[in-house]
Amino acid sequence: MLSRVANSLYWIGRYIERAENTARLVSVTNHLQLDLPKGIRPEWKRIVSILGYEELLDIKGIANDERQIMKFLIGDMDNPGSILSAMQSARENARTVRDVMPRESWEEINTLYQMAKSDAQKAYWPKNRHAYLQEIVRGAQTITGMLAGTMLHDESYQFIRLGRNLERADMTTRIIDVRSADLVPSSEHGLSPFENIQWMSVLKSLTGYQMYRRSVQEPVRRRDVLEFLFKERRFPRAILHCLGEIEGCAHSLTKNSLVVKRIREISQLVQQVDPGDLKQDDLHLLIDHLQLGLASIDDAVRETYFA
Amino acid sequence: MAREYNKLICNKPEGRSMAIRWGSYAVKGLHDELIQTRGKPRPAASQLCQFLHGLSDKEIEEYKSASELAIKLMGITFTVYSDQDGGAIDRAWPFDIIPRVIDKREWKEVERGLIQRVKALNMFIADLYGQQKIVKDGVFPAELLKDSVNYRPQCVGVKPPQGVWAHICGSDLVRDKDGKFYVLEDNLRVPSGVSYMLENRQVMKRVFPEMFGNENILPIDDYASKLYDMLASLSPRKVAKPEVVVLTPGIYNSAYYEHSYLAQQMGAELVEGSDLTVGDDDCVYMRTIDGLKRVDVIYRRIDDLYLDPEAFLPESTLGVPGLLRAWKAGKVALANAPGAGVADDKVVYAYVPDFIRYYLKEEPLLPNVPTYRCIYKEEREYVLGHINELVVKPANESGGYGMLIGPQASEEEREKFRKLIKSNPRNYIAQPMLTLSTAPTMVGNRVEPRHLDLRPFILSGKETYVTTGGLTRVALRKGSTVVNSSQGGGSKDTWIVDTEGGN
Repeated sequence: MLSRVANSLYWIGRYIERAENTARLVSVTNHLQLDLPKGIRPEWKRIVSILGYEELLDIKGIANDERQIMKFLIGDMDNPGSILSAMQSARENARTVRDVMPRESWEEINTLYQMAKSDAQKAYWPKNRHAYLQEIVRGAQTITGMLAGTMLHDESYQFIRLGRNLERADMTTRIIDVRSADLVPSSEHGLSPFENIQWMSVLKSLTGYQMYRRSVQEPVRRRDVLEFLFKERRFPRAILHCLGEIEGCAHSLTKNSLVVKRIREISQLVQQVDPGDLKQDDLHLLIDHLQLGLASIDDAVRETYFA
Repeated sequence: MAREYNKLICNKPEGRSMAIRWGSYAVKGLHDELIQTRGKPRPAASQLCQFLHGLSDKEIEEYKSASELAIKLMGITFTVYSDQDGGAIDRAWPFDIIPRVIDKREWKEVERGLIQRVKALNMFIADLYGQQKIVKDGVFPAELLKDSVNYRPQCVGVKPPQGVWAHICGSDLVRDKDGKFYVLEDNLRVPSGVSYMLENRQVMKRVFPEMFGNENILPIDDYASKLYDMLASLSPRKVAKPEVVVLTPGIYNSAYYEHSYLAQQMGAELVEGSDLTVGDDDCVYMRTIDGLKRVDVIYRRIDDLYLDPEAFLPESTLGVPGLLRAWKAGKVALANAPGAGVADDKVVYAYVPDFIRYYLKEEPLLPNVPTYRCIYKEEREYVLGHINELVVKPANESGGYGMLIGPQASEEEREKFRKLIKSNPRNYIAQPMLTLSTAPTMVGNRVEPRHLDLRPFILSGKETYVTTGGLTRVALRKGSTVVNSSQGGGSKDTWIVDTEGGN
């Protein structure tokens, strides 16, 4: 299999996951906003910092304004994390590897991109936003399902899956990091109902609330939520689950020793740590460490297969 | 037989509004592919015309939208360049639901003519890069060679396997008002369009399964496997499964869809220049996730000049440095061979009938469009005297640049061309104006005649294979003869119908 093709497939996996994650994040923030008491508004900029594009936002001189930030996150082609640019990149990569993917999955990627493009402007307004975001999530899930259900599960497929799970693990760490810190300025309003809402929103950003309930059967508390999102192997967006998937992909590829070594280092770290016991600052340091670890997997994949 | 069908056509079934009335489809002063004279279909097309006549407006609408949907779902596109959208955009392939029909008996003759022609073309190319006997024998003038933009001195002395240079040829055929097929040009560099020929058939089968049940339409879908077999037979290594790849300039090329399609159909890797590298051993390798892997055969869809920056244009980033060296060392096969385009040129074209006589000692089975070569005094005198009836073309321009259309030109322009011809006679050829044939084409929910051509593809390896029919391109604008898809052209499925066998 060509290195260039493997590289494109890996990025298709990453970009589609990125579009979906951004859509989920924006959607949850919208819902959260409606539940908060008057006077407390989630800072829209928070979502931007979860995605790591604060600097770009500042360069572009965008204020903490709902509509402008929605535009930045949904349709801004300067922002590589916006839904539209992620979908465009996914499509461009898919065009170059049409010959290895099932025809219908290329068609689905193409259709989702066309929709993301034509309807983006409507989603800058609250009224249509939910429907738009839902379509993005649905489309991304359809693509994932089609690939799983129709594509030969050979190396090509493993590269897509690898990209998807690496992107997903990265997003989970980002959401935990920012959302657990100061989504709601708690010093003034230290009210437990809102703290509860805050942790619920962390779960919901990862579509994990319902599954948390089924799995944990405890109130929504920081300690349990962190434990769940780090270590619950059965939850597809938990860090340890994603690492397990990534390792599974690596095992079906040749020359995998460096990649597997890096994955195991991080998996061990996640297994050994008790995130619920960590104070906020230490949690932040741990997450920094994890993100560097994920980046080192990406490096190893690139060096081994794409060079 | 034909009379019986006519009767059927004239009987209008009760209670339905018929959209297509052959009685009002006029054929005057030209050849129509389906209709012989008003109300009278050609025998090979009679079942089709009858079927179409039986359709209501509503059914036609349904068939049309079904075909549009099939094309969209199948993702059949071509790329056009647009300043507005800042680059290349994918457009859906324009398709007409009424097929073009050719009787199998007639097609067999065309096929023989094409095989003969391509054989002679390959012998000519091999001779030019070899001993140049044809030049020494005075059949082909040496000075024309000097001016040829597609002649590659780098290829002199190379002997590709089986003596074949143009493995894939796309020849454009037209019919004049006499109903005869003429060869308009031969595309020997990187001819495109075959994927659309295959896809058109897929669309038709999805949309009109009932028509395929009732007629003897010859299948066409063995092309990709024939192409693969031919390419694999060129492999320098005698291995069970040689590595065959399709080399594309990338997604911004207008034929990218086809490159990807053919790779997919052959199960070959689709590669870009940057995926390949030439080793110190002169072998070509591709970069894979398991390291470097040797490549045996390259079906290249990049023009000669961009193939290898070491040998041709140094600024090319599409090609592979050292590729020509690898090819000359016999370590990799290239299809088509570099330099094959030398026979794909307006002036050389005029000599093809002479090539057939010279190399094969045969008379051409498929005629050229009569072509006057201004390099010869007698033919030049004729051109100068009849310039108002002729189309004058410069040798080395393409896309209609610097052409004179005699009947439509002003006297001033004609005079300008007379001077041009006199000052540089060998740069000009002239041809009579042809009246291209037409076929019924959907315009809204009515049929109107539109001009068309036909591009069959010829594969040359150990054996020669001609596609069953080819790609029919149709000028969708009324009166136009421009069939290019980038300029308002569309296409039709091409049926070779066996009227003898079966029902």
